This record gives sequence, C-alpha cells and structure tokens, in this order.
Amino acid sequence: MLDLREVSRQYGAGRICVAALSEVSVAVRPGELVAVMGPSGSGKSTLLAIAGGLDRASGGQVLVDGHELGQLDAGALAELRRRAIGYVFQELNLVATLTATENVALPLELDGVPARKAAAGARGLLDELGLAELADRFPEELSGGEQQRVAIARAVVGERRLLLADEPTGALDSLTGETVLRLLRRQCDQGCAAVLVTHDARHAAWADRVVFLRDGRIVDQTAPADDLDGPETVT
Amino acid sequence: MSIRHSLLALLEQGPLYGYGLKSGFEAATGRMWPLNDGQVYTTLARLERDGLVEADTEADGQADGQKVYRLTGAGRAELDAWFSAAVSREAVPRQELAIKLIFAVRSPSADVHQVIQRQRAATMRSLQELTRLKDDGRTMDELAWTLTLDGLLFQGEAEVRWLDLCEARLAVAAPAPRWAFAAGEAPRNPAGDATAVGKGGRP
Repeated sequence: MLDLREVSRQYGAGRICVAALSEVSVAVRPGELVAVMGPSGSGKSTLLAIAGGLDRASGGQVLVDGHELGQLDAGALAELRRRAIGYVFQELNLVATLTATENVALPLELDGVPARKAAAGARGLLDELGLAELADRFPEELSGGEQQRVAIARAVVGERRLLLADEPTGALDSLTGETVLRLLRRQCDQGCAAVLVTHDARHAAWADRVVFLRDGRIVDQTAPADDLDGPETVT
Repeated sequence: MSIRHSLLALLEQGPLYGYGLKSGFEAATGRMWPLNDGQVYTTLARLERDGLVEADTEADGQADGQKVYRLTGAGRAELDAWFSAAVSREAVPRQELAIKLIFAVRSPSADVHQVIQRQRAATMRSLQELTRLKDDGRTMDELAWTLTLDGLLFQGEAEVRWLDLCEARLAVAAPAPRWAFAAGEAPRNPAGDATAVGKGGRP
C-alpha cells in the first residue's frame, strides 16, 4: 500500500544543506500498522509528510497504492491524497461548525459524492466504529478522545486505505489514548495500512512493526518474536 | 513479587488446598509468574509457623492427606498492612541493565549505542507481545489480568524512555574516560589519553 524506496529529503543547499531523511526504505502492506519512533529531529514527521504527499522527496521513490507520487502533477496528487490517504494529527482539525457526521462526510462530498449519500455513508461508518451516539454532536460537545475517534473515522471514510497518524494521542490520558489506538488497530485488522508516528513506546506497541529513526536514517526495526527472527538492522 | 502476601490474598476468598493456591495465583496473574510446588509449600509452611494461616486437617476431602489452608486473624492483619503500605523502591531487584550501561560507557570494546538500541528493541518487542495479550480480550479475571499487563507495559515504557534519555545524554556529555581497573589500584587511564573513549562516546 505504501512503499518508500531509498527516500531522501534535504532542506537548504550548499553549506547549510540539512539532510532530514537519508535513503530510507519502508514498505507497509495492507493490514499492517507500522510505528515510527525516534528522538526529536530524527525525521519522523518528514517521513510521514512525504508518505502522505504533503512534502516532496529530494531523492528516491514514494509509491502509494502503486502510484509514484513524484510522477504525479499537483492535481493528480491532490486527488490521490483525497481518495487514498487519511490523516490523523495531534491537532484534530475537525471543522467546528459541522457535526461529527458532517465532518466525516466532508471528504466524500469533496470527492463529488452527493451530500445526502455522503451523510449516509458517514453515519454508517460511525455506527460501524461504535461512534453512533456521537453522530449529531459538534466538536466542542465531544471529549478529546471522542474527537480523535471521529478524526479516525474521517480518515478512513470512502475507499481510503492508508492512514497516516502523527502523535494522535498527544494530549489524551492513558485510557482514552488506548481507545484511540484500539480503533486504529481495528482499522488495520480490517485491511487498512497505517503509519503511526509516536514518542510513546506503549502506543508504538500496538503496531505490527516498530521502525527506529535516528538522524534521518532507519537504524533498527522490531516486531514480536513470531513475526521476525529478532531485531533486524537495516541501516 | 511477594508470594507470601499473594497467598494470603487468595486465602481471603476462602480456604484452599496448596494446589488451589498455586493455580489460583497463576490464573490471577495470567501465568506471568509461574510458581513451583516447592515455593508454594515452603511459603505455606512459613505462614503457618508465623500463625498467619492455619492448616485444617478436619475438613472434608482429607482422605488423601491434603491440608486445607485458611487465613487467621493475624494473617488478615498482615494482609491489611500489605495493602496499606507502599511498595519500597528499595525492594526492586538489582538493576542489571543500569549496571550493564555503567560498564558499557566505560568499556573500550562495547558500543554503548548498540547496547542501548538492542535493549530498546528487545523491550519494544516485549511491549508488542504484552499489547497483543491485552488486545486478545480474555474474559476470565479480565480486569485483574489487564491491570497486570498495564503495569508491565508502563514499566517497559519507562525503560524505553530512560534509554532514550541515556542516548540523549551520551550525545551531549563530556566523553567518558577509558578507565582500566587493576587489582589494588585506583582506576587509571593506561593510554594516558584523557580524551580516549569507548566506541559509544564522542571524541
């Protein structure tokens, strides 16, 4: 679903050139949740932005659902982002004047789905995710955890099968954060691919695989013993 | 881990045979800390000696000579005191990882960054496995089991955070001297080079 091949990203040029990512390769299959961990400045958010087509790689290839992002013009890239990729950020970015249903329906409407059909699709999804009771509430009437669960619903509505989440549990307490991660996990169990950027080892532990970044490079990755023989160095 | 107090807590629910105590402990803790028979019966003998439990030889089902254990008043008081007191951090087993890092930082042959990353990856794998267990949603004693796993998960998370901090400190710290320890001597630097460091340090 997502394939980063020797992706590099430099900012600036000449003597003040900074390498945010250096030849990073990561593939995420449908059904797989991959966590990315590393210290501040290690390139985690840059990796996520490039995977989501929000930033361009300086080198290497980024494939989403078989499309190489570097080959797409701005219009095609925007369409792919809208149709294939869902984003969940720490900043919730729910539209304050829309209900949960309308927020979830928004990406469908932007994609040309008639409003009534989009709303029905959104309600169906909220119901499926156990969020039906939140459907008619506005963001200010929802707790932080409820808002984040609605944001996940919005991220997966329609045919989007790649979720990119950047510290989605940032300000939430432990139990509420767990409900958000459980929902993210369920989406992957049902076929989505997801990348989760987090500082928190307990949250990363929900992933099938944990990738460690340092100074823009992958230094290690790990999965439970039955998935990998042991820590694999992929420098 | 206090086997002694765990057995008292199990007996609070009612009298049990030694085997029932063993299996009750393992069921409550998700078999995270398996006990052997010797640990159980030695602990029960001490509890009986100290008057915290009594063995009832007159109860039903004694044909095979098994004892049924029950909590005494003194045992209940001991259990109450255990629940009332905080666990002493002094009681935490020796920190093998901390000791390993102390010597890795000073070692001419160890790569302390690798020591840290190996540990971080191993702890992370363990956290993934614990999370899978938690997500499996057992029904028997589910709450107690979840609390046990939560405790282990938070300990693992704390270890990873500590390793992250160790790595960050190493990156900014003054280089550690490459000391050699010789019997009967104060630590010395055989190279006479105050800036020489192990592979993990920065020159």
